[in-house]
Amino acid sequence: MVLEFRDAGIYCPAADAYIDPWRPVDRALITHGHSDHARWGHRRYLCTEAAAPVIRHRLGDISLQTIPYGAPLRIGDATVSFHPAGHVPGSAQIRVEVKGETWVVSGDYKTAADGLSEPFEPVRCHAFITESTFGLPVYSWPSEAELAAQINAWWAETRAAGQTPVLGVYALGKAQRVLGLLDPAIGPILTHGAVEATTQVLRAQGLRLPATIPVTPALDLKAHRGAMVLAPPSALGSAWMRKFGPVSTGFASGWMRLRGVRRRRAADRGFVVSDHADWAGLNAAIAATGAARVFVTHGYTAQFSRWLATQGYQAGIVRTEFGGEPEDEPDVTPAAEPSA
Amino acid sequence: MKDFAALFTALDQTTRTGVKTAALADYFRSAPDADRLWTIALLSGRRPRRTITTTKLREWAAERAGIPLWLFEACYPVVGDLSETIALVLPEPTTRIDKPLNQWIAELRALDAADEATRKAFILAAWDGLPPVERFVFNKLLTGGWRMGVSQKLMTRALAQATGIDEAELTHRLMGDWSPDTTSFHALVEAPDPGADLSRPYPFALAYQVEDDPATLGPVTGWLAERKWDGIRGQLILRGGEHWLWSRGEELMTDRFPELAQFRDFLPEGTVIDGEVLAWDHTADRPLGFSRLQPRIGRKTVPKKLLAEAPAMLVAYDLLEHGGEDIRPQPLSDRRARLAALLADLPPRVPVRLSPAVEAPDWPGLAAARAASREIGAEGLMLKRIDAPYLAGRRKGDWWKWKLDPLTIDAVMIYAQAGSGRRATLYTDFTFAVRDGEALVPFTKAYSGLTDAEFREITAWVRKNTTDRFGPVRAVKPEHVFEIAFEGIQASPRHKSGVALRFPRMARWRRDKPVAEANTLDDLKAMLAQYG
Repeated sequence: MVLEFRDAGIYCPAADAYIDPWRPVDRALITHGHSDHARWGHRRYLCTEAAAPVIRHRLGDISLQTIPYGAPLRIGDATVSFHPAGHVPGSAQIRVEVKGETWVVSGDYKTAADGLSEPFEPVRCHAFITESTFGLPVYSWPSEAELAAQINAWWAETRAAGQTPVLGVYALGKAQRVLGLLDPAIGPILTHGAVEATTQVLRAQGLRLPATIPVTPALDLKAHRGAMVLAPPSALGSAWMRKFGPVSTGFASGWMRLRGVRRRRAADRGFVVSDHADWAGLNAAIAATGAARVFVTHGYTAQFSRWLATQGYQAGIVRTEFGGEPEDEPDVTPAAEPSA
Repeated sequence: MKDFAALFTALDQTTRTGVKTAALADYFRSAPDADRLWTIALLSGRRPRRTITTTKLREWAAERAGIPLWLFEACYPVVGDLSETIALVLPEPTTRIDKPLNQWIAELRALDAADEATRKAFILAAWDGLPPVERFVFNKLLTGGWRMGVSQKLMTRALAQATGIDEAELTHRLMGDWSPDTTSFHALVEAPDPGADLSRPYPFALAYQVEDDPATLGPVTGWLAERKWDGIRGQLILRGGEHWLWSRGEELMTDRFPELAQFRDFLPEGTVIDGEVLAWDHTADRPLGFSRLQPRIGRKTVPKKLLAEAPAMLVAYDLLEHGGEDIRPQPLSDRRARLAALLADLPPRVPVRLSPAVEAPDWPGLAAARAASREIGAEGLMLKRIDAPYLAGRRKGDWWKWKLDPLTIDAVMIYAQAGSGRRATLYTDFTFAVRDGEALVPFTKAYSGLTDAEFREITAWVRKNTTDRFGPVRAVKPEHVFEIAFEGIQASPRHKSGVALRFPRMARWRRDKPVAEANTLDDLKAMLAQYG
């Protein structure tokens, strides 16, 4: 086996390295900076150049080597390369080749371009390890244009009604993606500290994002009427939110596709914005790899692997510690940050 | 249906009743008559009959989506709603069909007579011609599961705002045995003919539970105290030589209680009585338990055996119409005097009794009477202000229920099942057991009483502590003890434990109690002996 599934994570014996391990290891290859993939405590890290700033920002002083997309790197008896996963800026699928046999670990991925992350690139392989966060046919995503129209219409409406829209977004990826959808002509954009910090890191590495104003105790909110506020989901309904007066709350997540989740979340609006592939995206991505074997990690693993088997794949389930059970996700706190 | 779908979206996007009422009032102002009539019907539970089985809808949706049926079925528990599941799995529409709500409903009802191929072609064409929200609303029309987060009360208020008609008056107009086939918007709402529907009931007066010490209600002499019976609230109408019995949920129950037909021989025309229907023990002249009445609720007609085992009795609380006159504005003292006079000289075999007044010189006296309720098969007391008119709906002030505190028992959670709809991804439906030596004997289910946060916590726990699965049901490690509150207990041969509880719910999560300290089957049997 090119890759093995061990207690500490997905392991490559030929390279003596783990991919996104969840226990401390000697050498970790990291697909992207979300906290369920890039964990603290490994001796050495390897990630893409574009993912590095956020990972450094989050994990501090670690031993981190970077690599450009597509560049092959020999580790032991394996050849390793990183390819765009389209999930968040800097995110990668990791390709591992040993003696002519190629496996790819997708990490988290999204097939539709979002104008911010490096677009997903199909990689041919013999075995593909895929996520299945939204691996049911009820999940399909609206276009970026449609999303932008919905969010901006909400902003304009609430503004007209004398309310402040507060949109719950995860700090890495979702926040910047939404920033790219907002129409700054409507008003200023205010950010919660957690969102602002990650945004600054990404801006510093060259991402073009609209101007944001961090909400600090000193900020005169009256001078910024009609603003859109971006905050981590945990801030919705918190004491922090009260300072904005009458608000309309929104939540941006793939889970908002389901009315039950939307209502349980008790936000005024739900926008279907996800960093993961929808049902069609997952199926297209898997087909494009040409892989005969597919391993399904976090998400609707049982249903999705059964479906893949009916499509002629040799499909199996791999237990990981990425994300949670899908049913857990709609209520997760951003501390776990599994980026729906 | 565009406007109706837009209304649905507006209602769905807010939890504020003011915003909902405004959205609905806007719709009532602008929608065509046939559409608003149907909207009133749908929001007051008058659904068109289902013409297509959900089994067929599932099959067709899976086929259209190009997925196997098992995968469709796997989506359903995640979404928690069949109409939505169908709307979500279908591919994007390729055409645009725009028909008013009433036309869709008419065409759907016409399918009743069509063969399956025609039905299927119609449904598939509709799915392919409706954008997502309309498709969802259309599926709701198909499956009949209407809940738009709008109560009948809120709908009536919105209609009152839109038409300028008094809300209480509208509530009355919208009651009774009408459907969009038998009336028009004008005849129902704007200009009702009082003789058009002789069966039309009055809106029921409802009560809140007493919050504080009832002594704060003022002198006890200002109040009529009655037993609060555990039966079926009903309104008996005698008009035009016929009689009708309505439930509080505006369901006609006339045929289920044929005993009451003899009222036509003993009570005058133009009489409307508010009361409680109970199963009656004629020998002891007192009510039988609710469980004896229960078999009579579910069926349209009643076999002789049941008539003999659980004969119905109307315990009369109030008189709303007398000699054809609406006497609701009169004070209770007056209405009750007239009611007593009406019932005074009836032979005892006529199944109606005046609800007896519970007399006491002061509040402590009434409290003592209340405490004895369970022994005589009552749930507590009702307190009604003696000089108050009969008002529509639930209001604070004139009517109070003063129920007994519930019975409680500490039980062990042993099975869990996910809820549906809003609660689809949470474990909310639990089975509880009492101890019997080393064994755990299941005796009740409960679904409510916990906070959202507690449901989330127990859901996470259930996932990690599942020991077995039976379809959607998970057996869990017997570890958590809950205090189960309930209103009554009765012997039941249908339950393994031999008891059935009335209104069981989770009163508290007893984190402080180990399983070894949960109550036992013997405790349960002792309660049955005392209160059953």
